[in-house]
Amino acid sequence: MTEATWWASESFWRKTAIWVTAVSFVILIFLTFDSLSQISAGSKRVPAYSVINHRIDYVFDEKRNFQVPVIGPEEPLFGKKLTEEEAAALVSRGKVTTQAKNCMNCHTLLGNGAYFAPDLTKAWLDPSWGSKEAREQLMVDFLKDPSDKLHNAIGRRMPNLGITDDEARAVVAFLKWMSAIDTNGFPYNFKPIDQSDPAPAAPTATAAPGAIGSPAQN
Amino acid sequence: MAALGMLDSANLNGGQKLAVKYFTVAIALFGAQILFGLLAGLQYLYPDFLYGVLDFSVNRMVHINAMVVWLLYGFIGATYWLLEDEAQHPVVGLALGNLIFWVLTLAVAVVVVVYLLIQIGPGEHSTIWLINEGREYIEAPRWADIGIVVSVLVFFYNVAATFAKGRYTGIGGVLTLDLIALAGLYLAGVFYTPNISVDQYWWWWVIHLWVEATWEVLVGCLMAYALIKTLGVRRKIVETWLYIEVALMFGSGILGLGHHYFWIGTPEYWFTIGGFFSALEPIPLVAMVVHSVFDAGAHKMKSTNHPALAWIIAHAFGNFFGAGVWGFMHTLPQINLYTHGTQWSASHGHLAFFGAYVTIVIGFIYLALQKWRGNVWMSGGLVDGGWKWKWSLALLHIGMIGMTIGLLVAGYEQSQIERAIEGSTWTGYFAAQAHQWFQQGIFWRQIFGWVFAAGFVLLVWDLMTIGKRETRPIQAMQAEAA
Repeated sequence: MTEATWWASESFWRKTAIWVTAVSFVILIFLTFDSLSQISAGSKRVPAYSVINHRIDYVFDEKRNFQVPVIGPEEPLFGKKLTEEEAAALVSRGKVTTQAKNCMNCHTLLGNGAYFAPDLTKAWLDPSWGSKEAREQLMVDFLKDPSDKLHNAIGRRMPNLGITDDEARAVVAFLKWMSAIDTNGFPYNFKPIDQSDPAPAAPTATAAPGAIGSPAQN
Repeated sequence: MAALGMLDSANLNGGQKLAVKYFTVAIALFGAQILFGLLAGLQYLYPDFLYGVLDFSVNRMVHINAMVVWLLYGFIGATYWLLEDEAQHPVVGLALGNLIFWVLTLAVAVVVVVYLLIQIGPGEHSTIWLINEGREYIEAPRWADIGIVVSVLVFFYNVAATFAKGRYTGIGGVLTLDLIALAGLYLAGVFYTPNISVDQYWWWWVIHLWVEATWEVLVGCLMAYALIKTLGVRRKIVETWLYIEVALMFGSGILGLGHHYFWIGTPEYWFTIGGFFSALEPIPLVAMVVHSVFDAGAHKMKSTNHPALAWIIAHAFGNFFGAGVWGFMHTLPQINLYTHGTQWSASHGHLAFFGAYVTIVIGFIYLALQKWRGNVWMSGGLVDGGWKWKWSLALLHIGMIGMTIGLLVAGYEQSQIERAIEGSTWTGYFAAQAHQWFQQGIFWRQIFGWVFAAGFVLLVWDLMTIGKRETRPIQAMQAEAA
């Protein structure tokens, strides 16, 4: 065979490989700078940690055609308004706890992790907690010892992970903050817990029967 | 040289002696991966099985970590295997490389023991440093991260210095550059942030840019070398193909990273970038199939090592179907919205890791055993007809395809019932998990898991015995017409 044509030559493809890789990587770096600026805590997409002082809802947006988090009126977590620094410390404690307890090898967070237990992205907004008034304490109680709180028909239970009261409260703060992240409509078609203010005369709401935090019924 | 058929390290060069150590640990960890996968699978069917002793989270963590580590051991072993041959020079700093093998293996053992016995810790940074980082795939505690980085640096020094002192081939050059990227990317996972969006942004740099970019290029190098060795393909041809594959792989895979940035808080432009580039990701995998099948056909399937060639062809197809087809099926954001975080990912993950990586590491181990036993005959007409390697290949494939389909059925059901109909609440999640279609899917996954395990047992038996009573030397390679 005579000299290979240019498109079949080794040197052409070597140069192509180098250029394609370099250009792709440069584009990725550029996009990384942009994305990181858009997802820093306190940005439009990822709110500041003090968002846990407010009601967070997940409402359909006509223009974007999916649900987006909406920051509502002041509703401090555990009834205590935190400064930005206090909120950041609490959420961070919660995040460390989710790592230390290996949550991600049963659950998904933002859809990533294992598939043995429910996604936690909107755990704070899940209707299983019954009512918004009972939710915080139910979540704390559940995290501290979920082993006797059966909540499904297939007998899958979360084990007792030795989570302390402080750790449980921090995890709830982390979950509340995570539910405020703009995830482009994931999870889709989600039906959040009713958080509307009760009518002034209404009696205090209690946990709905079968809610996650209530003791085992089986 | 020792008698044919005897396992004798005198048959190996320095790098290869180290390689077989890595291969040995790799196979042991492969067994651990299967064992803990079976345990975790059983917990889907019997939730109280080992509850509170070895919970699903522990079994699943050991399952996926054993996989990552054994595949890395396989890659490192394969690299040491070809190093002296490619560079035409003894491994530089081999003693250090040997020391690091023992250090790394000891560290892996300690990490696994801590995973199994201590499992979790208090919600403090000390847990992340000493017990478990709690981030899928890279759970290894921080102290181990540092050990891994040091080990990889020594490994990289061995590779780069050997090529530099000897000669840089095309395969050697690509391999060296790829290892820089592979090691550097690991650092993207070695830090803590409370911001989970930022956390997952960088976490995907490690996971995706390993599995869908640098690992793919690494196995491209391994395949190029294996095709030269088993078929006698001309170097110029495989190296030209290798460059084409690198261009296509990095050209699609680097920005294909965007398909992990749809739902973690990152901006909407990743829909377009991730969707487009990840749709291109199967192309290099098609190229690899064409490349390997064409070469095998052009040589009329006359190879010096039938089991190795069979696993390399299995790699080409497995990579295409597992990574390419199964990945593409749910990579577009319009579909991924419903499939993200369901058993679809498990289905894809199983077939892709097996097809793309398990296959080629096994192929390399067959290459290694052939030489270890004094370059014995491993072409057609083995003493016992080669039933063990053929049946283990068949059982491992039947088991894996069965698991993949079982998980896919479960995933379809989950995305329909939990996501599309029930709206992704926890009630919806459990409604989908309890549905009989889901239960049937994971039941069959378990059955095929046992089939896979049987294939593994047969594989180990074959690896220990193939070529044992062989008296014929390796089949002479036909020189390829220039």
